[in-house]
Amino acid sequence: MNPVLSVRGLDKRFGAVVAADALTIEIAAGQKVSLIGANGAGKTTFVNMVTGYLKPDSGSIALDGMNIGEHSPRGVAQLGISRSFQIPQLFIELTAAENLMVAVSGTRTRALSLHSPADAQGRREKAIELLGRFGLADLADRPVSELAGGVRKLIDIAMALVRRPKLLLLDEPTSGVSAEEKFVTMDRVIHAVAPDAATIVFVEHDMEIVSRYADRVVAFYSGRILADGNPNDVLKDPEVRRYVTGGA
Amino acid sequence: MDFFLTIVLDGLIQASWLFIVALGLTLVFGVLKILNIAHGSFYALGAYIAATAVTTVAAHGLPPSVGFVAMLVSVAFIASAVGFLLERSLLKMFYGCDEVVLLLVTYAVFLILEDVTKLIWGVNPIYATQPYELFGNLEFAGLYYVGYDLVLIPISAAAGLAVWFGLHRTVTGKIVLAVIHNEEMSASMGVKVKRVYAIAFAFGVLLAAMAGALTAPKISIQPGLSSDVIILSFAIVVIGGLGSVEGAAVGAILVGLARAASVHLMPQAELFMIYLIMAGVLMFRPEGLFQRETARRI
Amino acid sequence: MRRSLHPVIMIMLVVAAALFGRALPTWTLSLATVAASNALIALGIVVLARTGNVSFGQGLFFAAGGYGVALIANAWGVTDAVAQVIIGAICGGLLGLVIGPLIARYTGIFFGMLTLALSMVLYGALVKSTVLGGSDGFNVGRPTLFGMIFVDPREADFMLYAVSVVTTGLAGIAATILFRSELGLVSLAVRENNLRVEYLGTSANRIVTINFIIAAVFAGASGAFALMAQRHIDPQFAYWTTSGEFVFLAILAGYQSVAAVFVASLALELVRSFSNLYLPNTWQLVLGIFLLGVILFLPRGIGSLWIRDKHKRNDSAAETPVTAEKGAVA
Repeated sequence: MNPVLSVRGLDKRFGAVVAADALTIEIAAGQKVSLIGANGAGKTTFVNMVTGYLKPDSGSIALDGMNIGEHSPRGVAQLGISRSFQIPQLFIELTAAENLMVAVSGTRTRALSLHSPADAQGRREKAIELLGRFGLADLADRPVSELAGGVRKLIDIAMALVRRPKLLLLDEPTSGVSAEEKFVTMDRVIHAVAPDAATIVFVEHDMEIVSRYADRVVAFYSGRILADGNPNDVLKDPEVRRYVTGGA
Repeated sequence: MDFFLTIVLDGLIQASWLFIVALGLTLVFGVLKILNIAHGSFYALGAYIAATAVTTVAAHGLPPSVGFVAMLVSVAFIASAVGFLLERSLLKMFYGCDEVVLLLVTYAVFLILEDVTKLIWGVNPIYATQPYELFGNLEFAGLYYVGYDLVLIPISAAAGLAVWFGLHRTVTGKIVLAVIHNEEMSASMGVKVKRVYAIAFAFGVLLAAMAGALTAPKISIQPGLSSDVIILSFAIVVIGGLGSVEGAAVGAILVGLARAASVHLMPQAELFMIYLIMAGVLMFRPEGLFQRETARRI
Repeated sequence: MRRSLHPVIMIMLVVAAALFGRALPTWTLSLATVAASNALIALGIVVLARTGNVSFGQGLFFAAGGYGVALIANAWGVTDAVAQVIIGAICGGLLGLVIGPLIARYTGIFFGMLTLALSMVLYGALVKSTVLGGSDGFNVGRPTLFGMIFVDPREADFMLYAVSVVTTGLAGIAATILFRSELGLVSLAVRENNLRVEYLGTSANRIVTINFIIAAVFAGASGAFALMAQRHIDPQFAYWTTSGEFVFLAILAGYQSVAAVFVASLALELVRSFSNLYLPNTWQLVLGIFLLGVILFLPRGIGSLWIRDKHKRNDSAAETPVTAEKGAVA
């Protein structure tokens, strides 16, 4: 069976900065993979390339065996890859529910309606349901501008779930979330995607989260993969400790 | 060959005053990040004041050369004062606001000045042709050129070089460049940014008005001048790159040549050609032909 | 949910406004006609502005509509007012269909400048075109309605008034429905964050293009009205100051309320008429001062006078920022 995501020989340079250096990685369906690495190691660039926002200098990216390297973020989304962002990318002046409704409209295959009200045709219901999975249903009609960072993070993730993606990429899902809330947040995310048995790849700096939720860890350094395996092994790897997690 | 030279010469004559106007507009944008829609109004103001100076001097029986000097001096003083006062009183109320707001403020100033000039000088065209004969005529390639037109070319070039040297070789100039490139940093380095604003704006207004004064002897001065000039200089500045002195020069020459070529080859294209170039630049190289190096902010 | 007028009520208001014209003196009729026509094109700008793109060159479609109708009217004797409005709308729409996809991918200041440049290209071409009368333009005959010819100027004025009020009213109703629609919501999203819209699987460019075409249709229809009112067309329709006035009107109205566009347009025409009447050569002066006043005191446009920012509520819970702990239900 094809791996969900298959990346081969990905290269990306920004002038003198090497963001990706012959990156090769395969991710099987249903895995929960954590990407770790210091800032600038290439994790977000990787996510940007997989989702079509950046084009690699060379290499290939395949989803379920199908080459997706040429697609734009829109094309990639329509094929089944969704992502959330390090800094939540929301529609600040709109309400939480409206943000989700925009995501719901994105799943439409026919053209958007010029007359059907935004909250009709089950869009609002779907929006509320998704907010509910993160315990945010009663904030539905609050504008995002009034909501705190942690809540915005959750909304950002909820929006990525609307399409029921095959592959969900989360860029630092618990950053900006208070310490007590981190586990609750990750629990909610895992729980929310469980019905769709999606594959999750999440970039994380918090090693507690990594060891608790990932069944595979990939460590990045200077655009290369330093280590790749189960959390215990990778986190104890001396090179990983030296270049990523710090500590003796 | 003659034909080609004619176009080049015509183009340069056009470009000379266009450059001075565009230079003012691009400097104001570079420093204050304001697109001054009233820039053309100051051009018109310069032309009107010049006309008044020239006709007053002529009425006293003095020679055109005195009129020429009088118009330049009076415009220089009045324009600088107006520019400075306007910046200190009105503009600074809106610093920190959205760029659209500032655009609307300059649009309001444009509207106000339109009527102010009508109220002072009336709606009929006025003329100030005496200085036009000051430099005689020149025959070149079978055509007659008015000396005055040709003299504008070195004057304009000199102005451009002076500004360039001023910016790159003097301390004040370098401070202005610093503000253009990174205002926040400049301010944190102790630069009195507000003072730089005032100087830059006054200078921009001065340039526009001087261009108006210099061209006054060869045009009919009437309402509508300001709207024609602003859109033209805007096109030049977009083509050359907003905020770039070299860009203003290249843009002015390009537009001047395009105009000259159109007039000789395809008169119907004279006007729309310029805006077609502007649209083309916007579509394929939106930053203009001379992108300013902007450092990537983290 | 927001309080909003039912479409049927809005239609009744439009009809009432049209009939009310019977009671108005002639000079108000022309004034109101111009106001309605200006409101129409400004409404189009507002529609487009909701995607985050402001068009500084609606004169392009305004002139396309005007010239298109004028040429067809003179060539084929089409004088019916309603037909002329439809032709104007179609001319604008077709041009919008061609240009929209080309410029939809530009944003912000570049989009604005591009629309400006394109309108000036048309202006430049028109001014130098001998066939179309150059900078003088040319004249057209009086409009008719459903075969009726209006000899009495008062009747003719009322007819034009009624057609413009009904057309603009219907456009306003359509815009209101659009603003509340699915497309309307996603348009606002494009304005806020077009990248996220793309990541959610929707084409931001397509959204911009659709709104652009709607704006072009409104502008073309408005051009037809201007033509019918002046019985004359010239390149000034495409000049930047013409486009600028329409943008000014849209900004004055703000982008939250359709009704504000009508109120602002009427206010502007009243100001213009009075200053032309009593203080010749000062209406731009008055307008400029008026604009400065609005910028200082009503930064969100006239619409903000009665539409409270829809998200401001009176409950005190809104004062404290919500954190995950407070808002999240276990």
